[in-house]
Amino acid sequence: MAVFTRPRQAFVIAGVLGLALSATACGTGDDKKSNNAGSAECAAYDKYEGHDGKKVSIYASIRDAEADLLRNSWKSFEDCTGIEIDYEGNAEFEAQLPVRVDGGNAPDLAFVPQPGLVKRFADAGKLKSLGADTKTMAEQNLPADWLKYGTVNGTLYGVPLGANVKSFVWYSPKLFKEKGWTVPTSWDDLIKLSDTIAASGIKPWCAGIESGDATGWPATDWIEDVILRTQGPEVYDQWTTHAIPFNDPRIVDAVNRAGTILKNEKYMNGGFGGVKSIGTTAFGEAGLPVTTGKCAMHRQASFYANQFPEGTKVAEDGDAFAFYFPAIDTAKGKPVLGAGEFVVGYTDRPEVQAVQTYLASAEYVNSRAKLGNWVTANNKLDIANVASPIDKLSVQILQDKSGIFRFDGSDLMPAAVGAGTFWKGMVEWINGKDTASVLQGIESSWK
Amino acid sequence: MEFDFAEEQPKFLMLMYGLIAFVVVVGGLLLLLDVVPAWFARRREAQLVAASASGAPLPRRRRQGEGLFALFFLLPTLLLLTVGLVVPAIRTTLLSFMDAGSTNWVGLRNYGWMFSDDSIVRVLINTLVWVVLVPLIATGFGLIYAVLVDKARFEAVAKSLIFLPMAISFVGASIIWKFVYAYRGEGDQIGLLNQIVVSLGGEPKQWLLESPLNTLLLIVIMVWIQAGFAMVVLSAAIKAIPGDIVEAARLDGVSPWQMFWQITMPSIRPALIVVVVTLTIATLKVFDIVRTATNGNYDTSVIASEMYNQAFRYGQNGQGSALAVFLFILVIPVVIYQIRNLRQQREG
Repeated sequence: MAVFTRPRQAFVIAGVLGLALSATACGTGDDKKSNNAGSAECAAYDKYEGHDGKKVSIYASIRDAEADLLRNSWKSFEDCTGIEIDYEGNAEFEAQLPVRVDGGNAPDLAFVPQPGLVKRFADAGKLKSLGADTKTMAEQNLPADWLKYGTVNGTLYGVPLGANVKSFVWYSPKLFKEKGWTVPTSWDDLIKLSDTIAASGIKPWCAGIESGDATGWPATDWIEDVILRTQGPEVYDQWTTHAIPFNDPRIVDAVNRAGTILKNEKYMNGGFGGVKSIGTTAFGEAGLPVTTGKCAMHRQASFYANQFPEGTKVAEDGDAFAFYFPAIDTAKGKPVLGAGEFVVGYTDRPEVQAVQTYLASAEYVNSRAKLGNWVTANNKLDIANVASPIDKLSVQILQDKSGIFRFDGSDLMPAAVGAGTFWKGMVEWINGKDTASVLQGIESSWK
Repeated sequence: MEFDFAEEQPKFLMLMYGLIAFVVVVGGLLLLLDVVPAWFARRREAQLVAASASGAPLPRRRRQGEGLFALFFLLPTLLLLTVGLVVPAIRTTLLSFMDAGSTNWVGLRNYGWMFSDDSIVRVLINTLVWVVLVPLIATGFGLIYAVLVDKARFEAVAKSLIFLPMAISFVGASIIWKFVYAYRGEGDQIGLLNQIVVSLGGEPKQWLLESPLNTLLLIVIMVWIQAGFAMVVLSAAIKAIPGDIVEAARLDGVSPWQMFWQITMPSIRPALIVVVVTLTIATLKVFDIVRTATNGNYDTSVIASEMYNQAFRYGQNGQGSALAVFLFILVIPVVIYQIRNLRQQREG
């Protein structure tokens, strides 16, 4: 059956070809940006000059509003140097990055939040080690322990970029004042306070570990914080590097201690139901009852400040604020758990190196911090540029030279454990499985 | 919300290019399919006319030219099949005998892991439950519905009601059903199922946490989507049963029960097989529902979702590939059965 009658065919062919040609004609129009190099504002970018018109692609998990902030943060760098940064954020970043890299479609730079993943790429020979300039910049501006997390087999691959502090307990200063509760400074105080609150008819804690693909991670943070507090950083390091088994008695002990809060029906789960509701409560929603008085405390990282609805005053005298998750054994110091992302390069063209160097520089971290909602371990960050009280507190903690800092353990472990059986195991643990068999299961998966 | 047309212009430009590209490609293909065969037909016509006018014997159809022509159309498909299917299948099979980073050969270790690791054995059992229940229940529902609604009043409306879920993506359907199963510890239930339980005086439950109930609840989602497909195909088959057979049976005085088992069922057997086979293959590959509803937690994982996790999220290429190969092996007998069946029908 003929679709077209014959005389009309000519018209259709001509029309289609015409459209195609006009389309390609439109495509050749180029809107090249003028380069403002040489002006006064651009003086700071002099050392990155000489790559006008080059493109650098960046791939990361940061999307939406946060991604717009990122784009704004390097806007003047782009304008002055003429380097165009092509940023792409993807919710499936961790799963898609290896696919892109193995498929020969690697981005120039990626912001990887897991040292475990950095190691995997470095071991596979996919990553470029840092250029001399970037290395110097990173070593000048970043603390040694952070650089350690970007180092694989003695070579520095990743420059720490953003950071967050995880050892925080969110609470409502208003509610605490009203009820006469005081911020606890030791574990015993914390438990006593929890009992007081429970007796007053309010559930003292709320928690939620549902996070789509990543369900379970907030519980791993709990465990890590408790291990750091009961066993100290040395045991913590042995645990994350598998020098001791995952189900070592000391770890079992720490998990059980976390369980005295997380698996306590008297304490859990303000506004959501019993202990089991932790598994199905979205992590973003879990802490919100703090502001409505349905629960009193929620252990979550500094970035949780962004989750509160607009209009919530996040400050020491406001609707929500966070206190330091108290130490358990004072002899072990005041450890801090945190995380962050690392800028790694899959190519090392000069313009890519220039961007990588810039991202470690004082200019960059301050320009990003001024836009708000951002913390870094970079010591060139001027705390005056950080507006929100919780970010200020985080920067103080990160820049405190006497503090013991440790990176999120599940991010340090191989993905099959850290993002696999550990997350899954925590979900089962919350759902009622006993500590010993959960940890045994995780241990047997670590090869 | 402000909307600046000028600012969004590049996006509209992109959209226009996309539309143009679509018109060019699809229009071009349609033209090609229309013009080329028409040209051949005309040439043959002209040849026949010329031959009959001159009184010479009719020229034989030139088979050789047609073969080339067929090859011309097959070539892109063959090429794409090789690049997109055959090569990856071979590569996946090779990877399944290698370690996590695809550097060393490990023999059958990944397959050993698959059948010894408790959580993976659980995954295999879950997949088995899916494959047995979904085609059975969905086809059963579809069949009963098709028979009941056949020649009834408002047949079209009744059929579209069941068919509607087919239009919803698996992810969309899973989200809808997640709301049905939703749980609230205090206050009003937002989940339909829990609201029903509560209004009957029961306690609300976290449905998706309890194994093996949760797997069955996920299966409900798949059945909800696929029953419409089964119903439509089977209904068409029922309508295609020759009227005289039905008439003859009626004259012989069969009961509705006998009519169903001795007339309807044998007549629609080929369609029934197609439906069951299609559903079986779709069920083996189920991924979206599990991933959206529970993400494989609480013992609900199936082969396809576990394969994705192992290969892409945990970086265990070997184990992921082994699961993929196993899935492939499971599908093969079903496909072979289907092909044999089709061939028998054509011959018979």
